[in-house]
This record gives sequence, C-alpha cells and structure tokens, in this order.
Amino acid sequence: MSLTATDKAHVKAIWSKAGGKAEEIGAEALGRMLEVFPQTKTYFSHYADLSVKSTQVRTHGKKIIDAITSAVNHIDEITGTLSSLSTLHANTLRVDPANFKLLSHTILVVLALYFPADFTPEVHLAVDKFLARVSHVLTDKYR
Amino acid sequence: MVHWTDEERQAITSIWAEVNVEEAGHQALTRVLVVYPWTQRYFSTFGNVSNATAIAGNHMVRAHGKRVVVALGDAIKNLDNVKATYAKLSELHSEKLHVDPENFKLLGETLIISLAAQFGAAFTPDIQAAWQKLMAVVTAALSKQYY
Repeated sequence: MSLTATDKAHVKAIWSKAGGKAEEIGAEALGRMLEVFPQTKTYFSHYADLSVKSTQVRTHGKKIIDAITSAVNHIDEITGTLSSLSTLHANTLRVDPANFKLLSHTILVVLALYFPADFTPEVHLAVDKFLARVSHVLTDKYR
Repeated sequence: MVHWTDEERQAITSIWAEVNVEEAGHQALTRVLVVYPWTQRYFSTFGNVSNATAIAGNHMVRAHGKRVVVALGDAIKNLDNVKATYAKLSELHSEKLHVDPENFKLLGETLIISLAAQFGAAFTPDIQAAWQKLMAVVTAALSKQYY
C-alpha cells in the first residue's frame, strides 16, 4: 500500500502542526499506548512512572515523534533515513512487531484529539499508510 | 463475564451522555470506508462510496453509521451481558451479512478516533482505555456466533 503524492502532501501538512508539539504529542501517544495496551509496559520496566505526565515518558515520546518528523522530511527515502533506527530495533530493542500497530493507533488518536479539523478521513488514511510504512522499515531487519 | 470497575462504567456512561449519536456514527463509518477502502465491498447497494467526498455525503452511509452507534447504546445499557445482548446481531453478521469479524476491530478503532476528535482533552487516557475495552467486548460479542 504505497504512498501516493496526495498521501505525502497530507502527511507533511498535518505533521507541520504536530512536529512543533513533539513532546506533548509523543507523551500522549506513548502514555496512552502504555495505559490502553498494558502488555506494552513490559518494554518499560525500567521506568518509574508510566503516565502521560512522566518525565521519562515525555522525553521518550519526543524522541519518537522527532524520529517520525525526520521520516516526514525525507518521505521519499524513509528506508535510508531510518536505517540506523531499524538496526537498533532489530538488534537491541527487539520490540515485537505487533506493537508498532498499537503505537500507530494511539498516534492517530492523539492527532484527532489535537487537530480535529485537520485530521480529516483522507488525512487519517494518509497518516495510517505512512505509519505502516515507518513500522515496516523499523522491523525490516528483524529476520 | 466481563468485570467493569466503577470508573470504567462512569467513563463509558459520561461520554455516552454527550455523544452526538448520528455524527459519531457518520464519522466512524466514513473513516472505515475511506481509510480501509476494501470495506466498501460490503456497501455495494449504497450507491457511490468510491471516494471520500462521495462517502461523506452519502445518506445511506450516514443512516447506517447512526444505526450502528444506536446499537452500541444497547451494549452500554447491558454492560454486564453484552454477549447475550448481541447474540442475534452476531448471528446476523455471520449468517446474513457475511462480514469478516476483522471489520468490527476497524470500526472500533475509527469510533475511538471520532470520539477523540469530538471530545479533545476530555477524552483522557483513562476514558480512552475504558472505551477501548468496550470496543474489545463488543467485537468479541459480535464475533461469538460465527462458526
């Protein structure tokens, strides 16, 4: 399900708003994932506080959103842009591939929450496809 | 039987009291048809559902979205017995409508997203968690009579 030119335009447009709130959006998306899908907490047993307000969650959430921002900014070379992150996930983090869908879902929820007027069905479609592409790249070296 | 905490019941009923049933249904179903276009296969009798604009303006889609969310109200009124409440509906989806149960998950997701868009920050993580649980329970109940 490859990204059309329209998809790319939609992603860039909504991300131009989201990228500027990287920490808030990242914290919300990550925090909500940890709460709504508690099995994901297993990857964060070293965190003291797993709530949306936690400093660790905010910092890590921002990191995630910033990485996605770089993929948006190089939307025609996602594989190359995320190559070292892909290696990290394959060799070190080894997050089960099922979890990428869970975080992608909470990112969509948070985008709808923050930008209800901009997050139209077409934009939702584009971001869903884009996050699927990002997830694919990040799990690409797993086996 | 599903165990609901008081907080979860409260999270569900407080949001439900404020939901615009027709609008939420319309939003959720429109998003399913746009974001997962293969679902359009179930709506060939609805006229034009081939693009986002057509879908959003389609009266049958609007009516059907409303019907689905009205039915959700039955589950909410019977949280302690959703399976029994939906037994006939499950049979209908399996035997007559032949809907892949995967689609229940998709609609559950787009409904959550539609609620987030309507309620904004009021749709807190706790409230989202309760609603996600509700969607999972509804999905399981609707899938129950499939064989």
